[in-house]
Amino acid sequence: MTFSDLFYQLWDKGLIQLGVWETIYMTLISTGVAYLLGLPLGVLLRVTARDGIHPIGWLNSLVGVFVNIFRSIPFIILMVAMLPVAKVLVGTSLGNKAVIVMLIIAAAPYVARMVESSLREIKPGIIEAAQAMGTPNFTIIWKVMLPEAKPSLITGAVISTVTILGYSAMAGTIGGTGLGQIAISYGYQRFKNDIIWVCMILIVLIVQVIQIAGTAIAHRTDKRIRH
Amino acid sequence: MIELRHLSKTYDVGSGRAVTALQDINLKIEDGEIFGIIGLSGAGKSTLVRCINLLERPTQGEVLIDGKDLTQLSHKQLLLARRSIGMIFQDFNLLEQRTVLKNVLFPLELAGVKRADAVARARELLQMVGIADKEQMYPSQLSGGQKQRVAIARALANEPRYLLCDEATSALDPNTTQQILELLQRINTQLGVTIIVITHEMRVIDRICTRVAVIDQSCIAECGRVSDVFVNPKSPIAQELILQKDRRAPQKFSGKRIRLAFDGTTTTRPVISDLVLACQAPVNIIFADTRDVGGVIYGHMIVELPEDKRQQEKIKSWLEANQIHFKEEESA
Repeated sequence: MTFSDLFYQLWDKGLIQLGVWETIYMTLISTGVAYLLGLPLGVLLRVTARDGIHPIGWLNSLVGVFVNIFRSIPFIILMVAMLPVAKVLVGTSLGNKAVIVMLIIAAAPYVARMVESSLREIKPGIIEAAQAMGTPNFTIIWKVMLPEAKPSLITGAVISTVTILGYSAMAGTIGGTGLGQIAISYGYQRFKNDIIWVCMILIVLIVQVIQIAGTAIAHRTDKRIRH
Repeated sequence: MIELRHLSKTYDVGSGRAVTALQDINLKIEDGEIFGIIGLSGAGKSTLVRCINLLERPTQGEVLIDGKDLTQLSHKQLLLARRSIGMIFQDFNLLEQRTVLKNVLFPLELAGVKRADAVARARELLQMVGIADKEQMYPSQLSGGQKQRVAIARALANEPRYLLCDEATSALDPNTTQQILELLQRINTQLGVTIIVITHEMRVIDRICTRVAVIDQSCIAECGRVSDVFVNPKSPIAQELILQKDRRAPQKFSGKRIRLAFDGTTTTRPVISDLVLACQAPVNIIFADTRDVGGVIYGHMIVELPEDKRQQEKIKSWLEANQIHFKEEESA
C-alpha cells in the first residue's frame, strides 16, 4: 500500500503524532475531572435512593432528572449548545480547552450512572452487617461501599474513558484537534482515505491499550477472584 | 436483659395497603441464656431479630436493652448501642475485598482502637474461633464454616454483651452446623455473651437453646423452656415443628392414635414393651423420634391403639399410672 503525499506531509510535520497525544490528553483530563464530579454524584444517587442507606426521595429524583437530561442530549448538540458555558469557565468557546469543558459536561452524568450501578452490585447484606456494627453512613460509603465496589468501579472507568475518547473525535466541530479532527478535515474532506484509515487504526490501538490495561488492573484488585 | 414490649411492625406496600410482619410481640431474654426463636419462613423471625438492633424500626412498641429503650435514642446513640450487640448472618456478609484479619479489624477501627492493640485483639479472636492460620486469606478462599467463624470473630470484636444469630447455620452442612453451634455454646459459657438464635431448624434449638419462642404468622405462638415446649407443645405450629407430623407421619388413619412424650426419666425404660405386656394389647408404632436437649434425652412416639374401647381405656390408665405424658391425636 502506498500513502498519499498529504499523509507524508502531515507525518513529517509531526501532526499525526501530535494528534495521538492530543486525543490521549483530552480524554484523560476530561475523564479525570468527570470522575471528580461524577463519583460523588453517583454515590449521592445510590445513597439517597429508596433502598439506599440514607433515602432522600426529592434529592434523588432531582439529581436523577438532571443526570438523565444531560445523558439524553447527543454530544454534538450538547457541544454547540454549551458554548457559552465554556466561554464563562475557560474564557474561550473554541479549541481544545473548550472541547475539554464539553467532554466533562457530557461525561460527568454518564460517570455518575456508572458509579451508581457499580455501587448497586454490592450485596445488601454486607452493608447491613456494617450497619449492625454501628457504622456511621459516611464510614459505610468510604470503608465499605467504595472498597467493595472497587473492581467494578475500575471496569466502569475503562468504559467511561473509551466513551469519552469517542466523543473527543467530534472536537473538530468547535475548532479542537486530535485524531478525529485529522480524519475529518484531511481524510474525509480532502478525499484521502489512507489518512482516515491511519487515524482509525491509531484510535483502535489506543482503545485496546486502555481496555487491556484497565481489565488487568480490575482483575488484579478483585479479591473475590482466586489468583 | 433484652425486653420487647408490645412490638409491632407493619410495612406500607403502597396504595394504602399494609402488611403485618410482627404483631404485639412480648419477650424477655435474660442475661446469659441462649434464646431460640423458631418459625417457618415468612413467619416474621428475621424481622423480629432486626427489630432488636433497630435495623428495622418497629412501627409500635419498645425495645429495652438493659432497661434502655432503643427506639428513643438519637441516631448517634443508636450507633453506639449497636456496638454492644453483635450480629451474624446466614450468608456471612464479610467484606470480600478485605482479608480475614482486616475483616475482624473493621469494628475495632470503628471503635477507634489503636492499630497495634486492634491487631492483637483480632488475632486473639481468630485464635478463639479456630482460624488463626487463615488471617491473610480473603473470604472467597474460605469454606462456609470458616467464613462464619470469621463473622463470629468480627461480631465479638468490641466485646458485645449480646449476639444475634440470623439463620447462622442454615447455609452450612450438618457437620459444620454442629461445630458452629459448639462454638456459640462456648462463647456463651466462657464469655457470658447472651445469644439469640433465629432458625427454622428444630435441631439447632434443641442442641443449644435454653428457652425458645415459636413464632407463627407474625405472633408468638408459644414461649418457654425448650424441654417443656418439646415435651408438651401446645400450639399447632410447635407441634408441627417438633413432631414434623405433616411431613413424616402418615396422615390417613382410622384407629385411635395417641402421642407419647418421654422426658429424661422415662426414655431409658422399655415403655412400649412394658405397656404391651401389662395391658395384653397390641399397639402399632407410627412415628418415633428422640432428641438430646441439653444432655437430657427426650422422645416422642405416636402409636395407634387397638379398636376395642376397653383396651384403649386400659392402656391410657396404665400410662397415667406410670406417669408417662400422653395426648390423644386429632384424626385428620
